Amino acid sequence: MKLIFEKSQKGRRAGTLPAHGVQVPEIPEELRRREPPRLPELAEPEIVRHFTALADRTFGVDTGFYPLGSCTMKHNPRVNERVVALPGFRDLHPLQEEDAAQGALELMWRLQEILAEVCGLDAVSLQPAAGSQGELTGLMLMRAYFADRGEAEKRTTVITADTAHGTNPASVTMAGFQLQKVETDARGNLDLDDLRAKVNEETAGLMLTNPSTLGLFDEHIEEVAEIFHEAGALLYYDGANLNAVCGISRPGDMGFDIVHINLHKTFSQPHGGGGPGGGPVVVRGILEPFLPVPAVVREDDGFRLDYDRPKSIGKVRGFTGPFGVFVRSYAFIRAYGPALRRMSEVAVLNANYLLARLKGPYDLPFERLCMHEFVLSARNLKRDHGVTALDVAKRLMDYGFHPPTIYFPLIVPEALMIEPTETEPKETLDAFCDAMLRIAEEAASDPKILKDAPHNRPVRRLDEVKAAKRGIVKYGFEQHPNLSGQRSEGAAVEAQKGA
Amino acid sequence: MGYLSLTDADQEAMLAEIGVASIDELFHDIPAAVRFNRELNLEPALSEPDLVAHLEELAGRNVDTGRELSFLGAGIYDHYVPAIVDAILARGEFLTAYTPYQPEMSQGILQAIFEYQTVICELTGMDVSNASGYDGTTVAADACFVAKHVTGRSRVVLAETLNPQVRQVVKTYAPGFGLEVVEVPHHGGVTDPDELRQAAKDAACVIFQQPNFFGCLEPAPDLAAAANDAEALAVAHVDPVSLGVLEAPGRYGCSIAIGEGQGAGNYQSYGGPHYGFIAARSDFIRRMPGRIVGETTDVAGERGYVLTLQTREQHIRREKATSNITTNQTLLALAGLAHLSWLGPQGLRELGETCMGLAEYAKERLGLPLLFPEQTTFKEFAVRVGRPAQEAIRAARDQGVHPGYALKRDYAGMEDALLVCVTEKRSPADIDRLAEALK
Amino acid sequence: MAAEESYPEDVKYHHEHDWMRVDGDTATVGITWYAQDALGEIVHFEPPEEGASVAAGESYGEVESVKAVSDLISPLSGEVAEVNKAVVEEPEKVNEDPYGEGWLIRIRLSDPSEADGLLDAAAYRKLLEEQ
Repeated sequence: MKLIFEKSQKGRRAGTLPAHGVQVPEIPEELRRREPPRLPELAEPEIVRHFTALADRTFGVDTGFYPLGSCTMKHNPRVNERVVALPGFRDLHPLQEEDAAQGALELMWRLQEILAEVCGLDAVSLQPAAGSQGELTGLMLMRAYFADRGEAEKRTTVITADTAHGTNPASVTMAGFQLQKVETDARGNLDLDDLRAKVNEETAGLMLTNPSTLGLFDEHIEEVAEIFHEAGALLYYDGANLNAVCGISRPGDMGFDIVHINLHKTFSQPHGGGGPGGGPVVVRGILEPFLPVPAVVREDDGFRLDYDRPKSIGKVRGFTGPFGVFVRSYAFIRAYGPALRRMSEVAVLNANYLLARLKGPYDLPFERLCMHEFVLSARNLKRDHGVTALDVAKRLMDYGFHPPTIYFPLIVPEALMIEPTETEPKETLDAFCDAMLRIAEEAASDPKILKDAPHNRPVRRLDEVKAAKRGIVKYGFEQHPNLSGQRSEGAAVEAQKGA
Repeated sequence: MGYLSLTDADQEAMLAEIGVASIDELFHDIPAAVRFNRELNLEPALSEPDLVAHLEELAGRNVDTGRELSFLGAGIYDHYVPAIVDAILARGEFLTAYTPYQPEMSQGILQAIFEYQTVICELTGMDVSNASGYDGTTVAADACFVAKHVTGRSRVVLAETLNPQVRQVVKTYAPGFGLEVVEVPHHGGVTDPDELRQAAKDAACVIFQQPNFFGCLEPAPDLAAAANDAEALAVAHVDPVSLGVLEAPGRYGCSIAIGEGQGAGNYQSYGGPHYGFIAARSDFIRRMPGRIVGETTDVAGERGYVLTLQTREQHIRREKATSNITTNQTLLALAGLAHLSWLGPQGLRELGETCMGLAEYAKERLGLPLLFPEQTTFKEFAVRVGRPAQEAIRAARDQGVHPGYALKRDYAGMEDALLVCVTEKRSPADIDRLAEALK
Repeated sequence: MAAEESYPEDVKYHHEHDWMRVDGDTATVGITWYAQDALGEIVHFEPPEEGASVAAGESYGEVESVKAVSDLISPLSGEVAEVNKAVVEEPEKVNEDPYGEGWLIRIRLSDPSEADGLLDAAAYRKLLEEQ
C-alpha cells in the first residue's frame, strides 16, 4: 500500500480556514521558515480513503479475539466514547478557573475515591500518563519518603522479580536506584530464601506484580510483606494484573504501600494502537504528602486543586493528568458498580477454561490454577518438531486470532502468555482452543505450514534484521518521483536505501 | 452487565471442564487473610441511559470554550479539530488495537506511525522521530536523559521562558537521572544568548522554547549556537502549529526538537490525553526513548513496517534501557497526522499566519500596555491589565469572556500580567468583545 | 552466511563466551561461535573508544541482534589499541567469520600473564557441554 506521501499531488489540499482579513506581521528573516515542510497534499476524499485502508489493515479488539497476555485487551464500551466527547469535557481548557470546572474536578475526585476503595489504600494521584510513568512516580515517592526520614543515602536498592515486566528495572534506573533481582521458586512464587538473603537496611522497596506475569497469585504474599516492612522498606504493587482481583483481594490488604493502576487495562481505556493510557498511583496515608501536585481535593463548597504540598515530588506530567482517560474509566466503573468483582471473576474463569483445554498439547510450566492469564510453553513442539512459539503465533493469524504475547516472561522458554479477559463469549474461547489444538497437531503433521505462516495477512513474515540494519524510519522524499503511481513499490523501497 | 457474555449454562460447563465446583475455588491460591470479604463500597451500577445522564450533568458544570469566549492558551490551545479526525479516530480498528507487536496484524497502525514520524521530521527538520511521548512536558525529561548519556555531563540548562510545567517536570525527573537543573532568566521576554552560553558550559543540554511561553520569538539560531559553542545539546521546544511559518529547529543547529502535539489534532480535554513529540539528528537514533517504526520487506519482497531498534527499549535492555516508556500516544499522534494531512503545507502556513495576524490585531484592539513591546510574537502575547490579573479575569468572565492566563502564577513581579492567546477560531469580532470585557 | 560451529585451538576462551588471540603484548578479541549463534544475526556493534582502558572480566562494549543485547567481556586488561571498523559497518561479519574477519577489538595488554587464567579450546567445549 502506498504511503500518504506517495499519494500527494502538489497543489491539492483538504483544509479550509476562516479568512479573517487581518494583516500578517513581518517575521524576522532569520526566524522565518525557508522550505515548507513536505506535508501530504491531498483533498479530503483521498485522506479518508487512505486512513480507511490503514484501518482495514489493522486488527483490534473490535475485529476479533486479542488474547495478548499482560495487556488486558477487553471490549471498550462505546458509551464511554460518547461521554468523553461531551463538550463540557472535550472542550474544557485545563487552566479554566476551578469554579468553572467543578464537574471535571468532581469526576476526578470520585474516581480517586473508587480507586482507593478498590486498592484498599488511602490517597490517589491521577496524574501519571501511563503505567510506566505510574511506576516511576511510585519509585519517586519511595525516594521522597526516605529522604524525608533522612534515609535517602542509605536506601539505595529496589528489588524486582525475575518475572517482572521490563519497565520495572528500567524505572528503577530512571529513579536513581540500584536494581536487585529475586528468583522465582518452583511453584511460581517469589523465592523466600533468596528474598531474605537480599533484603536489608539498604533496601528501599520491592516492586511486584501480583498475580505475577505468570498469572499466578503469590501464595506467600503476607510473608513477603513482612520481610520488607520489618526491614523498614516499602512495597510497590505493579497494577498491570489488577484485572484478576478487583473486589477479591486488595493490594493494600496484601501489604502494599504504593500501587499504580493501568486504567487502559483494568478500566477499559481503549488501547488506541499503543496509547493513550493512564497510570494513577494509590498510596498509604504515610505517603500522601509526597504525591504529585496539584491534588484534587473536596471542600465544603466544592472541589479544588491543591498546590500547597511542600513535600510533593513535583509534577510528572502536565496539568492533572490524561483527563479523557479518567472520563472513560469512571464511566466504565459506574456501569459495573459493586459488581466489579464479577468482572474479575469472569476474567479468571475464562483464563482457567482456556488453560484446562490447552494444557497437555502445550507444556504448562507451573501446574496450578491460574488467575486472569497463564503462560504455556511451546518447548515441547520445538523439541519434537522444531516449531517455535513464534510459529504458533503466526499460524494463529491464519485462523483469525491475534496471537498471545510470546517470549515473555523471560524465565519460561518458548512462552505463550494468554489473557482472554472477561468480555469474550464461550464460543470465541472454544474457537480459539480448537485453533490452538489444531496447530499443535499441524506442528507434527505439517510443520512447514506453521513456518510459512501467516498466509492471508496483508504481508507475510517481515524481515526485522533488515529493518534494524537499514534504519529507515521516515519516508525518503529525495528518491520519491513527483508523479506517484507509475513506479513499482518494490523499486521505491530500494530507492530509499540510506534515506 | 452488558459487557459480559457468559450464561449460567456456559459457566457450569466451563467450571466442569476446569474441574472445580465454583468460581470461589479458582481463587484457592489467595491466602485467606488477604481475601476481601465484603462488597466493594461503590455506588450502584448505572444503566447506559442513566450513565449518560450522570456524565452529562457533570460535564454541564464545566464551562468549556464553546460556552465562554476563551483566550486561554499557555500550552493547550483551542485550535479547530477537523471532522476527519473524529471520523478516523472512531474506527474501531485504530481505537481498540494495541502496540503492534505482531506486525502482520498491524500494518495499518505501523504505516500510520511511520507517516507520523515522517511528518514530525519534516516539521522539525530532524532525521528521526519516535512514535510519540506522553506530552510536551515528559519529552523534555526524555531529552535530558538522552543528553546525559550522549555528553556524559550532569547539568541541564532551562530557559526561564520555557513553559513552567515543562520545567517542573524536568525538575521532578532530574534527581533520579542524577541531573542538576539550572535556569536562565529572561530579559525583556526573551533569552540572552551570551548568558545562555555562560550557563551552558559543562551542561548536557540547553532547552529553550520557540515561540516561548510568553508567545515571544526567541533568537533561536543564536541560542542554539550558544549551546553548541559549549558542546551542550541544543534542544528546542516548539509548537507544531508554528512550523509552517517559523524555521525548523534542525535548520538552525538544534540536536533535538521536542514539543506538545495537542494543537495539532487534539481537543483541549482538560489537559489530556495528548501527545508529545521528540525528534533528533540521526546520531542519536540509538538513544531515542520509546517505540520507533522502521521500513522493511516481507519474505515475498513486499514493503512492510515493523517496530525496530527495539534493543533500546525496556522489554529487552531492561535496567539499561533508554527509557521506561512502553506505550506511546498512538491514537493522539494519529489525530495529529490526520490534522496535518488535512492542512497540508499551504494550510499549515496559513494557519500560522492567521494566528499571528489575529494576535497582532488583538494587541492593537486591546490598547493595553504590552509586557514585552520589543518582541515579535506568534499567537500569544502578554499585556498589563492595570490591576491584579485575577480581578480582570473575574470581571471579564462575568461578561462571558475568559481573557487569558494570569502569569503571576509562574513569574514574580507579574501581578497584573495576562497572557492572551488567539487561535484561528477567534474572529476580529470576538477580539472586539475581549477588548470590551477588559475595559 | 553463518559460519559452521568451531572452537579453534590457537585462541584462548573466557567463560562469558569471548575469545582472544595473543600476539606479544597485544591481543585480538571477539565472541565465540556459540555466542553469535545464541544471539542470532548481529545488527549492531557498539565499540569502545580507541585508547580506552579495559579490565579483565569487565564489559568493553555491546553487540545487538534484533531481540537481544549482549555485553562484550574483555578476557584481559589493557588499553584498546584498535576497533574493527569493518564490523561496525557490517556487523554480520561476526556471524560469518567469528574468529577471523569478525574480530572486534585489539588490546594492548597491561599484564600478559593474565592469559594463563583463560580456557583452552577443550576446556571451553567442556564448559559448553555442561550448560
